[in-house]
Amino acid sequence: MTRETPPAGHLLNETEWHTLRALADVIVPPSEKYGIPGAGDEAIAKTIVKDANYGDKLPRLIAALDTLNAMAEGAHRGEFAMLSHDQRQSVAFAFREEQPAAASLAEQLVTQCYYRDDRVVSSLGMELRPPMPAGYKVDNGDWSLLEQVQKRQPFHRPVG
Amino acid sequence: MSAETVDVLIIGAGASGAAMAWSLAETKMHIVCLEQGALMNPLAYPSTGRDWEARSTSDFNSNPNVRGLKTDYPINEENSPIKVANFNGVGGGTVLYAGHFPRFHPSDFRVKSLDGVADDWPIDYNQLAPYYAENEKMTGVAGMNGDPAYPSDNAQRLPPLPLGESGKVLAKGFNALGWHWWPSDTAIITEDYDGRAGCINLGACGAGCAQGAKGSADVTYWPHAQRAGVDLRTRCRVREITVGPDGMATGARYVTGAGEEKEIKAHVVVVACNGIGTPRLLLNSKSPQHPDGLANSSGLVGKNLMFHPYAWIQGMFEEATDGFAGPHKLMRSQEFYETDESRGYVRGYTLEIQRGMPPVRTAHTGLRHGRIPWGSGHHDAFRRMFNHCTGMVAVCEDLPEEHNTVTIDPVLKDSDGIPAPKIDYTLSENSKRMLQHGVDRATEILKAGGATDVYSEWPIPYGGWHLMGTARMGKDPSRSVVNEWGRAHDCKNLFIIDGSIFVTSAGVNPTNTIQALALYVADQMKQRLANATLFD
Repeated sequence: MTRETPPAGHLLNETEWHTLRALADVIVPPSEKYGIPGAGDEAIAKTIVKDANYGDKLPRLIAALDTLNAMAEGAHRGEFAMLSHDQRQSVAFAFREEQPAAASLAEQLVTQCYYRDDRVVSSLGMELRPPMPAGYKVDNGDWSLLEQVQKRQPFHRPVG
Repeated sequence: MSAETVDVLIIGAGASGAAMAWSLAETKMHIVCLEQGALMNPLAYPSTGRDWEARSTSDFNSNPNVRGLKTDYPINEENSPIKVANFNGVGGGTVLYAGHFPRFHPSDFRVKSLDGVADDWPIDYNQLAPYYAENEKMTGVAGMNGDPAYPSDNAQRLPPLPLGESGKVLAKGFNALGWHWWPSDTAIITEDYDGRAGCINLGACGAGCAQGAKGSADVTYWPHAQRAGVDLRTRCRVREITVGPDGMATGARYVTGAGEEKEIKAHVVVVACNGIGTPRLLLNSKSPQHPDGLANSSGLVGKNLMFHPYAWIQGMFEEATDGFAGPHKLMRSQEFYETDESRGYVRGYTLEIQRGMPPVRTAHTGLRHGRIPWGSGHHDAFRRMFNHCTGMVAVCEDLPEEHNTVTIDPVLKDSDGIPAPKIDYTLSENSKRMLQHGVDRATEILKAGGATDVYSEWPIPYGGWHLMGTARMGKDPSRSVVNEWGRAHDCKNLFIIDGSIFVTSAGVNPTNTIQALALYVADQMKQRLANATLFD
């Protein structure tokens, strides 16, 4: 992980920013097979920070990143982002086990930003557009399947 | 503080307030509706942007504590396994609802007589039937006549929502087991109707329908009510209902969005704030005449809170399902709707079919349920799941229990300093057994349809969409808050018309019944206005 400075006006300090990117890459790593970045990609990570800035999510995210770093220090005497790949995996999986609420928040933020990134959405075969105004086609379906139910006698409960 | 005087004051512009406003408008009375939220702008709904799924976790989240908008009020729900889902704005909860729009069954009004639990309603299905029909006509409902689980009805239905690929695999599962299913009655128009354009399968029903095809009350009743002269005022949050020396309601004090304290006087006050907001307002309206809160001589304001506990069951299939496209609802099953004591619980549930999931929800669901891992296996696991899932929820009847309550929190307040509600709710043993039964049966259905993997969750923690029972109706003033036509026993010019007047919850979504009740109460009021007996 390179140690470039966080973007100007950023809501995280340098350590938090690198920890976030490293954690996001553990959750959703890059894939050569599908030709897509990991969730620690700079643009995706910026979106994560932007989305976290709602309600009480940002302080909760920062607290989660602090906890993760404390666990990394405890296990390997180093900042999470500076650990080896295997060490990061080990610490992150322990974090998920021991801090389920914090891990769930991280998962939520990572997935809601990763799965709207153009590169990722394209790889899923989806068009790069919002649902509105074009909408989507849904097949009307096979209504002959209902015939079996239509033959059934009424069975609602009498009330007298 | 100057006070204007109107004929009718309606508090709340959601499902019931909208229906009441429209129905009373023909009287040409001066009707004002105060709504704490804003008028919605469909062009700003999430589905108009690429971040539409993310916004369901923030400003369009269904939980008011998470959403945290200025127009919301906080709720202390720490002592409840089910958290509240609502929306504060013109249209109320219908802005975010999925639009499932079934009627109650005739048996739902006779629970005590049939099963020896809870209480019977003071009205019956036949009394509400014409109002169901009127409400369905105003809303625009897709569905199909002839469901053997219901008596024949007088509904005017638009063509059903598409079954799609999800419907195909699920219908095969139901049919293999010989169990009932039927196209859902859904408040989503499948063709142009009443000046609104038909559904285009945005797949974002739960975050507001930008197309206007979903029948939220802001696009169904309100345009008609406003054209008929009803004065709808937004960003007006009622602090308390005022009363006179005789204990009758005299109007309300409220706060505007700009923070101005105002008062309005009214000859009739109608409360339409849902099963949480209504008891909150009544309990905040204490006076020497009503020392325990307005209309609370029975002590039942805020008691008997009912949700519908939900179980969620989903399967993964080799075949493609509908994924992110299409309305969330398509079918229902009422195979297990009525009491069968051999199942170990009383009453029953509806299985409400859900179509599929968009990408963010797929990922988050897969991660939460251990189907998608962190790390190297993530992408393959995601792709196995994406567009290959469908399932259902079991909407379970919740029986009224007095220890499930809405009270006033001693500390928590909204942004205008108005004391906030606190809920205390326990899931009953009956509900737990019913939920497990629903999970077991749904699992069988999904497997019979070809699911290769099934996973479930109950209760859905953020599934408190249906808020009922906290100002129940009845003929006995010692056992109910309002009478059989919605008038408070203790205050003859105060009416309550939302889900709080439900006696029991049934095992179906309540909005059609909430609105039918509001239309019924409005008709009762109009009849008594005509013969000058409204306040007798």
